[in-house]
Amino acid sequence: MKSKLFNSAAAIGLLFGISAFGATGAQAADLTLCWAAWDPANALVELSKDFEAKSGNKMKFEFVPWPNFADRMLNELNSGGKLCDLLIGDSQWIGGAAENKQYVKLNDFFDKNGISMKDFIPATVTGYAEWPKNTPNYWALPAFGDVVGWTYRKDWFAKPELQAEFKKKYSRDLAVPKSLDELKDIATFFQGRDIDGKKVYGAAIYTERGSEGITMGAMNALYNFGFQYDNPAKPYELQGFVNSEGAVKGLEFYKSLYDCCTPPGASDWYMSQNIDAYKSGQVAMQMNFAFIWPGVNADANVGGDKSGYFPMPAGPGGHFAQLGGQGISVVANSAHQEEALAYIKWFAQKDVQSKWWTLGGYSALSSVVNDPSFATSQPYAQTFLDSMAIVKDFWAEPSYASLMQATQKRFHDYVVAGKGTAKEAMDGLVADWTKVFKDEGKM
Amino acid sequence: MSPTQFERAAEATPPILAKKIRGLSDRAIAWIFVAPTIFLLLAINIFPLIWTIRLSFTNFRVNRPNAEVQFVGLDNYRRILSDADIWLTMQTTAHFLIWTIVLQVLIGFSLAYLINKKFRGNDLWTTIIVFPMMLSPAVVGNFWTFLYQPQIGLFNYVVGFLTHTDPSSFSMIGDVNLAPWAIVIVDTWMWTPFVMLICLAGLRSIPGSIYEAAECDRASKWRQFWTITLPMVLPFLMLAVLFRGIENFKMFDLVVQLTGGGPGSITELTSINLKREAFEKWRTGYSSAYAVILFVTVFGLASIYVKALNKVKER
Repeated sequence: MKSKLFNSAAAIGLLFGISAFGATGAQAADLTLCWAAWDPANALVELSKDFEAKSGNKMKFEFVPWPNFADRMLNELNSGGKLCDLLIGDSQWIGGAAENKQYVKLNDFFDKNGISMKDFIPATVTGYAEWPKNTPNYWALPAFGDVVGWTYRKDWFAKPELQAEFKKKYSRDLAVPKSLDELKDIATFFQGRDIDGKKVYGAAIYTERGSEGITMGAMNALYNFGFQYDNPAKPYELQGFVNSEGAVKGLEFYKSLYDCCTPPGASDWYMSQNIDAYKSGQVAMQMNFAFIWPGVNADANVGGDKSGYFPMPAGPGGHFAQLGGQGISVVANSAHQEEALAYIKWFAQKDVQSKWWTLGGYSALSSVVNDPSFATSQPYAQTFLDSMAIVKDFWAEPSYASLMQATQKRFHDYVVAGKGTAKEAMDGLVADWTKVFKDEGKM
Repeated sequence: MSPTQFERAAEATPPILAKKIRGLSDRAIAWIFVAPTIFLLLAINIFPLIWTIRLSFTNFRVNRPNAEVQFVGLDNYRRILSDADIWLTMQTTAHFLIWTIVLQVLIGFSLAYLINKKFRGNDLWTTIIVFPMMLSPAVVGNFWTFLYQPQIGLFNYVVGFLTHTDPSSFSMIGDVNLAPWAIVIVDTWMWTPFVMLICLAGLRSIPGSIYEAAECDRASKWRQFWTITLPMVLPFLMLAVLFRGIENFKMFDLVVQLTGGGPGSITELTSINLKREAFEKWRTGYSSAYAVILFVTVFGLASIYVKALNKVKER
């Protein structure tokens, strides 16, 4: 009996030992790349097969749906987890990840391997790689250029009866809007209209409350009406810039667009809901990040000639669009930093970046996007280029999450819940952000 | 006579072990059995609680491992208790708590009263009624967002049909006036069966002889209900209220799936607000103080309530 027990214990011990050793042994050759679960991630899996073949390293992927992406990955970084060797993190995380040494600083590695940030689209370098901003301190390689733009039903716009009715009503052609006012006119025109026997609506816009949705949407209107994050001459001076007259008008415009022209129940919509509404033929236009355009173009119902693309229209205060996209970083806790850096070196090559674009990823390498054939390579390529030229991004401070949550609350309270006025919302936002920056010792 | 289970266990115990155990007192053996549970309780509940209380007096942020942690005294508590937004979430939670409990008790007790009557298919109906509480709250939340969808949702369709209005003319989870009721309806749908089961246990524990005696005294059904049924079920009802009260005070998953706290902050319960402070804004010290306040509130209210419950049971 005794020896039986001993043998069983020894067998169990051996089993645990083997599994533990097996796990460690397997990790040595494996690299885990963490990103959001979306179409471009699938393209990256395909692209990475070349790296696996060339390096002998095996790639594993951890993709998290967007609404939980920040929660999951920031938890991972903050808890010192070792899940990710490479992380394609949101642009706003760069400040926190750099200051808390969660990402590996890449300057020396870039210098050694002849990777120059001058070779990438400037806005993506500032947005995805630098911290502090506008200084040559790099924590990521621009991996995926993205920006908020619009998709529209080209086939509906081309209907002669709608063209005639629109011209009669607005004294201009039903065409791609050049200003935010024109955009609202078009959305109003389509709202509640019967097209092909189905009731349709004007536009799907971002209204999501939980993560960053409504901020990513409303900021486009705010930028174009004159909103600024702070005094360009005096950092962190918010009063009069965040709550300027233009900013208030921008928020009022966004609410008016929500009130007049969105489908019923569109009170908590972000990327996927907008895609669904557009692909199911509910809306004439949808606001969304550029990453969706390859999917729309290939869609059986709305793809090809049925859809067109245009950048965020200008407003009275300027012409800007909200930056999306991410850079790829090496996680400081990774046990495979050398292999992870080898991946970045491979990814930065021009032929890999060209292939990235053909597979559906938006390359940020200037030589790829400036190639004469790029603009005509896809129906949305020119819109992508035009949009990337006008980008602005949200705070990338270490306290970005507090700044973001305050913005989400203020915007959703006003735009969707109809609480208070736009002026009160923006004044409240100044108070919230001031509190955050004071806590941070930046004011 | 065959040996009992204990006798068989005693026989199977190896002699060396038996000898060792024989030398232990009853108290020592009791401690041996209880020790693992106490250890787990200390490790998983008590230690984190003490640690949370400690953190609540600091400005610690878990996402700033390199930053200096400062003792801030009662500052976090002062800020929380003077924050108008937090009081608003408390009000929202109170609204949710009161209405869900009122509805669940009324409907749950009524259903239990009906199910307690002998009729054909009694067991089948009980199983059908209990079905919602077997589902995961996340699934229920997702499922109801579709039911509440203005254009294709069954709920809107039925309401539209009954009231002769356009189903897409109202949005249960997008309208500030309707959203608080939308979460109350779903929670009531899901958890009324739980209250019903507890009430049913209470109803079935009432001896039939009491009713027979009442019949002999020619007491009406109405009188029997008020003087026998309700007083004897009351401790069970109060227990159900306690369980639902504690559960709904910390309600999170269902509401997050349904409304995410919106529109605006209309359905932002304290648990959602606390999660945002702790795991989105990463204000660990501040959110620890917030958690302590909520803990004291629930613990205090529950203690008072349990005392009242014991008094009712003693009657």
